[in-house]
Amino acid sequence: MLEVKNVDFVVNDENNETEKAVIKNMTISFPENKITVITGQNGSGKSTLIKLIMGLYKPTKGKIFYNGNDITNLNITQRANLGITTAFQQPIRFKGLTVKNLLDIASEKSNKISDACEYLSKVGLCAKNYINREVDSTLSGGELKRIELALSLAKGGDVFLFDEPEAGIDLWSFDSLIDIFKSLKDKTVIIVSHQDKILKQADYILLLDEDDYKMGEREEIYKTLKTEPVCKRLGG
Amino acid sequence: MDSVDDKLLYNLTNLHSIPQGSYSIRKNGECISKNSTKDIEIISKKDKSGIDIVVKKGTKNKSVHIPVIITVGGLNDLVYNDFYIEEDCDVLIVAGCGIHNPVKDDSRHDGIHTFHLSSNCKVKYVEKHLGEGKGGKILNPTTNIIMESGSCFEMETIQIGGVTFSKRQTDAILKDRTKLIIKEKILTTGTDFAETNFNVVLEGENSNVQVISRGVAKENSSQIFNSNVVGKNVCFGHIECDGIILDNAKMISIPKIDVQCKDASLIHEAAIGKIAGEQIIKLMSLGLTREESENLIIKGYLS
Repeated sequence: MLEVKNVDFVVNDENNETEKAVIKNMTISFPENKITVITGQNGSGKSTLIKLIMGLYKPTKGKIFYNGNDITNLNITQRANLGITTAFQQPIRFKGLTVKNLLDIASEKSNKISDACEYLSKVGLCAKNYINREVDSTLSGGELKRIELALSLAKGGDVFLFDEPEAGIDLWSFDSLIDIFKSLKDKTVIIVSHQDKILKQADYILLLDEDDYKMGEREEIYKTLKTEPVCKRLGG
Repeated sequence: MDSVDDKLLYNLTNLHSIPQGSYSIRKNGECISKNSTKDIEIISKKDKSGIDIVVKKGTKNKSVHIPVIITVGGLNDLVYNDFYIEEDCDVLIVAGCGIHNPVKDDSRHDGIHTFHLSSNCKVKYVEKHLGEGKGGKILNPTTNIIMESGSCFEMETIQIGGVTFSKRQTDAILKDRTKLIIKEKILTTGTDFAETNFNVVLEGENSNVQVISRGVAKENSSQIFNSNVVGKNVCFGHIECDGIILDNAKMISIPKIDVQCKDASLIHEAAIGKIAGEQIIKLMSLGLTREESENLIIKGYLS
């Protein structure tokens, strides 16, 4: 069980030299074997929350627990090795490293084409064509995004954090993405998304607003998305 | 040949023994072994130190190895090697210099290589430089490339650590429909210094040059990359200089593109900086430590 307890995350606003709480007094337990979709307007702290969980940011106040253990002071590597797996919103390019190099690190084994196929086919890529490609600017944004998702599958784990997984994969069937989430039904899956189709896959929705948050079962929160003012700002 | 020689030779050429085919091995300023074949002839120069390598017309899928090893300190070795590649050839040339300097006095090797490429020939040239031992290791390779119409020259130059000082000069003249590809990879550590100078003149119609230079400078080392590409005709040139610096290292990139024809298309890209933080974060999120992530990024970058 992943838990965020009384967490504040405060940043300095350089414009007027004041402090701003991006996350304020948040206490959430993310249910196991369920999909939780985090949604909310731009700047409401969705990606910040993902970065707090993966260990890139440290809370200004409060603690993060995983399976009852305080992981607040663990770094990214330590949390990754505990089974927390992150697919980034913006995939990273590496000059000189191939898809195989990254899959090998993620899966801790040397992947043959047939092994790589297990992960790459799920994101709509042919392993034979991609395994030796460099993860550099010769790959399109959509291809990089799919490789990013494949890396998270190759790494495995118990908690999967997907930050806007649908961004940049326009040409790829949305259904395949949904199938990935479904294949992780025995994991804790946390997805940042604005997409209605992904919200419909949620067991739970965490709605972030500028000063507040609301977590509940999908039906309960989804209804409010259509009616509350915050959602008008989202275009809902 | 002792175990130090064998190790140096292997690191330069990936060969465990004397190569098959044409070769010339130079040790401590003297040719210790050479062999010509009917396709590739190696002739010692009479007027100065060095060899002429003549690749006969139509020779394909053949290779020639001309490694240089230095295993003593205080040696100053200057050698002139001229390559005459006749028409319609397709060959691999493996060169390079390894210095094992066990004493304080500097050892230095200046290899001046001139390639005369006849029409429609294709050459891949791999050149490695490495150094080990406590004394100074100085390597100043000069490469002159004269390319007749339709010829293609691909050069890989690799200097992965251990060379305390290097000044690399590469000059090329490209005639019609020629293609020159240069890939350079340099790692410097300690107080090493490495300088690279490229002068490429695109004289011919549809001549094409691509230069990819990647440098990693660690600790207190420094690197300078100078390039000057002149476009005198309908031609294309792309120069990419990327550098990673760590610790107190310094790196300079000085691009010059000189366009003398409105149909010449020349591009110079340069980027120098520390390892991108997001690359480290991504690899850490896959379970590597920060140090492992940095090492992997550098290894990939120079691979």
